[in-house]
Amino acid sequence: MRICIKGARLIDPSQGMDGPADIWIREGLVETICRAGSSLPGATEHTRVLDAKGKVVVPGLVDMHVHLREPGQEYKETIQTGTMAAAAGGVTSLACMPNTDPVADHGAVIEFVLHQAQKNGSVRVHPVGAITKGLKGEALSEIGELREAGAVAISDDGKSVGNALVMRRAMEYARGFGLPVISHCEDKSLSGQGVMNEGEVSLELGLRGIPALAEEVMVARDLLLAEWTGCHLHIAHVSTAGSVRLIRDAKARGVKVTAEATPHHLILTQEAVRQWDTDTKVNPPLRTQQDVEALQEALRDGTIDVIATDHAPHARVDKEVEYDFAAFGISGLETLVGLTLMLVERGVLDLQEWVRKLSCNPARILGIKAGTLAPGSPADLVILDPESSWKVDPARFYSKGKNTPFKNWTLRGRVLHTMVGGRTVYNLES
Amino acid sequence: MSFNASAKLWQKKDLLGIKDLSAQEIGLILETAESFKEISTREIKKVPTLRGKTVVTLFYEASTRTRTSFEIAAKRLSADTINISVSTSSVVKGETLLDTALNLQAMEPDILILRHNASGAPNMLAKALRASVINAGDGFREHPTQALLDMMTVREKKGDLRGLLLAIVGDIAHSRVARSNIYGFTKMGARVRVVAPPTLIPRGIESLGVEVCHHLLEGIRGADVVMALRIQKERLQGAFFPSEREYSRFFGLSRRVLEQAAPEALVMHPGPMNRGVEISPDVADGPFSVILDQVTNGVAVRMAVLYLLAGGIRGEDLH
Repeated sequence: MRICIKGARLIDPSQGMDGPADIWIREGLVETICRAGSSLPGATEHTRVLDAKGKVVVPGLVDMHVHLREPGQEYKETIQTGTMAAAAGGVTSLACMPNTDPVADHGAVIEFVLHQAQKNGSVRVHPVGAITKGLKGEALSEIGELREAGAVAISDDGKSVGNALVMRRAMEYARGFGLPVISHCEDKSLSGQGVMNEGEVSLELGLRGIPALAEEVMVARDLLLAEWTGCHLHIAHVSTAGSVRLIRDAKARGVKVTAEATPHHLILTQEAVRQWDTDTKVNPPLRTQQDVEALQEALRDGTIDVIATDHAPHARVDKEVEYDFAAFGISGLETLVGLTLMLVERGVLDLQEWVRKLSCNPARILGIKAGTLAPGSPADLVILDPESSWKVDPARFYSKGKNTPFKNWTLRGRVLHTMVGGRTVYNLES
Repeated sequence: MSFNASAKLWQKKDLLGIKDLSAQEIGLILETAESFKEISTREIKKVPTLRGKTVVTLFYEASTRTRTSFEIAAKRLSADTINISVSTSSVVKGETLLDTALNLQAMEPDILILRHNASGAPNMLAKALRASVINAGDGFREHPTQALLDMMTVREKKGDLRGLLLAIVGDIAHSRVARSNIYGFTKMGARVRVVAPPTLIPRGIESLGVEVCHHLLEGIRGADVVMALRIQKERLQGAFFPSEREYSRFFGLSRRVLEQAAPEALVMHPGPMNRGVEISPDVADGPFSVILDQVTNGVAVRMAVLYLLAGGIRGEDLH
């Protein structure tokens, strides 16, 4: 059976396309793209037609920073609920972080995740392996085995590798296997027991602060190590103006570095913490207006390559406690499109660039087949209504994590339909 | 001023911090406290004002002074008081703070007084509970009744806070007393100067409208009130300063140092004191020390706060 998505505005920077088109899909692959309204010569088979006039079709989004919590913390999220949330958020491929229990520091855990994803998953799952055994920052994981099992990158996300020698070895070793190293940049001796950005607001709220410096010191170290080792370094969830400056300089020198920012760091500031809503507690913390502006500028000029959610679902019991004791993290998959289209509306990005940051670039960094609707590619795509407004209601999230500081926000831009390999995995109407 | 009139001027359900109060509200509490102070000097130290009201103190941090002061205040107003001390944190104990509070709420207390090591904990409870919540000190954030009793003490001795200079010496970074006093004294028209090594002063504190000084002699020069804060020995591990000995040498209050302050400058300390560290014994017990007056006024201030929050009317007025 063929599928034809008719009359949508197709935006696919990988082919330099932006305009009305009909997309023909056959056997899970994009067969061809025609001028809107033309018929496909020789198409005699039964065809399912999706009328998408007035809508936008883009390659399926690639979220390279997701926590699926399985194995080990299924009360927070499972591969089934997490990938369903991804589908509802327009994400067709995701990379999931290794801080599970057990840690994904050996091949068996990677295989388990891939197996579960195949059995219960709605979207394509690409596991990230741990840099060090048990995320302890001491001994390297069996990185070759991780890659063989299907890991697309390595990271100790949630923690930094504190020991510079271990990080150097990890980068040297990973380079040999062609794996990017994703770094959570945080100097723990500087961030300490902090729970929010150190500054005016932490002073007033009497909360322990995490200085911008805690991130920047580590970004500087890792950039130097990447330059030294020639490894591809990807810096996760950049949050400060200082980090942006360091990355921009390194890129100009030719260091092989890419970087991501999250929607919440691009939109919210530390002011949000004043409401004592523990859903604003996130690591790295929400920063200042100047930092937010620097991140937006970095998106514009290409210093930041990717927008990723750092989807970190938590149960109510992890958040309904004193701010000091609350877990870090935001459940981000289902607000990804609405929040990032706000950046388009504010002129930070145009839609072409939006697709690049959310689909093409992360696919390229991870080296996975995604981020394009060129003929012959998997038919992973999203149909969006960029005009439709909706209210964020966490109770309706597919994710078990209802922890979002954006509850009750009205967002414009909605996922109508998500397809993975030509198969519908999410449809707003049903 | 009649008590009924004062109750109408007070609109808030909770007392969470001085930052949320207007100068007028602070003035109202202080005036109410001044009129309550006399009750504690009577032979029968009890009025029926809060008869039938239930006050619960929930303390997650050790505190003798504050808890006793609240309890005495409540009892002098004839409220029923229940004390709950939780020596370990809620996390260790298994029940969350919110669950503990909701259970207490189910028993219909009128006022819940919370001391907690996490900043913002009383704000969380205030949102969730029908009972009035009084913050008896939360994390590094606020200790409003301490600041109120400090202001009451200074007002008693100096007449008015306007135009005075208060120097707060010590660990400003980790002090809820400092924050509450900064908000309170500046709102009431005083100037505040904080004095400590840079490691103990949060960056950007100037935004709260205070002067910053890193030298003790300069810092207390001309001060009408000098307030020493307790050096918390457990913080020494954080390398905030090299040693107690060095701290005492450069930031300890002594008679000689106090000569820099204004004549008859008041010496204050929220207690408990490390004698010989942040304050020398002769200063602590010296002629201008009002440290025990602070404790006495604490009861009056807490009576006033309980009274205003309970919307109480004097028993006599009932008949």
